[in-house]
Amino acid sequence: MHQTYTIKKVIRETPKAVTIMLDGKINYKPGQFIMLWLPDVDEKPFVISYLEKNSFGITIEEKGIFTKKIPKIKPKTKVGIRGPFGNGFEIKNNSIIVAGGLGIAPALSLIKKIKNSIIIQGAKSKEYLLYLKNEKMKNIIQKNKNQIIYCTDDGSYGIHGFVTGVLKEMLNKKVKTVYTCGPEIMIQKVFEICEKNKIELQASLERFMKCGIGICGSCCINDQLVCKDGPVFNSKQLRKLTELGKFARLKSGKKVKIQEYYDWRQK
Amino acid sequence: MLKTTFCEIELQNPLVLASGILGTSVELLKRVAANGAGAVTTKSIGPIERQGHNNPTVVEIENGLYNAVGLPTPGYLNMNDEFKKWKEIKVPLIASIYGSSVDDYVDITEYIQKYNPSIIELNISCPNKDDGMLFGSSAALTKKLVGAVKEISKIPIMPKLTPNCNNIAEIALACENAGADAICAINTVEKEILHPKLKAPLLAYGKGGISGPIIKEIALENVRKIRDAVEIPILGIGGVTYGKDAVEMLKAGASLVGIGSGVYFRGMDIFKKVADEMKEIMRKENIESINEIKK
Repeated sequence: MHQTYTIKKVIRETPKAVTIMLDGKINYKPGQFIMLWLPDVDEKPFVISYLEKNSFGITIEEKGIFTKKIPKIKPKTKVGIRGPFGNGFEIKNNSIIVAGGLGIAPALSLIKKIKNSIIIQGAKSKEYLLYLKNEKMKNIIQKNKNQIIYCTDDGSYGIHGFVTGVLKEMLNKKVKTVYTCGPEIMIQKVFEICEKNKIELQASLERFMKCGIGICGSCCINDQLVCKDGPVFNSKQLRKLTELGKFARLKSGKKVKIQEYYDWRQK
Repeated sequence: MLKTTFCEIELQNPLVLASGILGTSVELLKRVAANGAGAVTTKSIGPIERQGHNNPTVVEIENGLYNAVGLPTPGYLNMNDEFKKWKEIKVPLIASIYGSSVDDYVDITEYIQKYNPSIIELNISCPNKDDGMLFGSSAALTKKLVGAVKEISKIPIMPKLTPNCNNIAEIALACENAGADAICAINTVEKEILHPKLKAPLLAYGKGGISGPIIKEIALENVRKIRDAVEIPILGIGGVTYGKDAVEMLKAGASLVGIGSGVYFRGMDIFKKVADEMKEIMRKENIESINEIKK
């Protein structure tokens, strides 16, 4: 059953994303997810971005009926949380993190654990680069001798181009692992690059989720359950996922092309 | 040791994946089969595409699960690609179906029997849709429905019954009289639970059904009642988590034993685990076959 938490504050991050900060402890491993329940509204899976001693944050993109209600939440509101669920990332130093859009949210807790790594963060333009002015993030990056490279589709900040282009240039034999999270089309490209260069990938995937605990089958990708077997899949597993970047299931269970799935998720 | 037959279908063991659990795709069903299930059941297939309820749809409670997923389905006319792959599943397949009218059940049966499932389960007992239990709580309606499907079905049919009715024995008898080949029981037990601190209904639907160890005794009691009322074989479902539970279910009168929520409690390999535990019990008690347990 859901644990109850109180919302401490709501932070505006980008024109399309906010972070809700919650009071209390949570036993969370980067890459895992929780089910966030707003009673009488809905319950959805999210990763934890800010992981502090006595509080934690969830960064949410405003795109659907549920997420558009988030910025209107008043501090002191009580919410329910189930989880954390799923496997989480395997921690390896000397890595590269490739994050597209909201995909930087799970990286925020990951970079606290890894060292000597490079983060490649992409967004469509400067105003959509999450945590750009976040001092805490800057400190963690420095402390762990990590480095961050920004890129934007329109060139308004950092490198003018896609994260995948930067990844190709940064890959070398010292890189132990690539982590990635973001739109599945990007994940698939990152996977292709890693395969070509024989570098291990850990990709955080997303499918429409209901139970979160491995029984309802809603979030299946081939014979894998994103909630239970994932959400992080390694290269060996990804090679078997013929549906990756191609098909996903709607709430009804109907299997559709991934673009149709994304269009539906935006509603 | 665990081999058995049910409606003339041979199974390697009596453990069946219950409907609504992991049955959304053939690939998942194949994985469950590889984890030792004697047979697998699809998620209930409905007449037209339906989204089901908003989340929360499934929540863990003490000793069980509480759900109102709300019968999501792509609709049978959108599922040809899945149906074509049914033959790849190496264990008997039970196709579960539901509808809002007798015609729905007849149409879906006529359509899917071309793909040759081993058994067609008629879900007339879902508490999580407004008219989900309509048939399952009336003997007269049940008889009409089962009779109509039986008339056109070339595949054995097995209505799934609800414990949320006045007299399950009477419904089971109506099924048998209308020509049902087997009975499946029980579906989840209807409940309304509020979150103790947030004071809101725990499921978005407002109510739902409980399953898992918490309902085992209710399931056994209902299976005994059905056993006393009919001759046709029973697939007994409800709270089976360990080998001893499966043995109890067989002793109560079931010929096959369903496992659903157990997948949450013990993982997808619960089928192998329970089968091994059953064998262990049988060795200790000098029982050689499933039929012997039932005596």
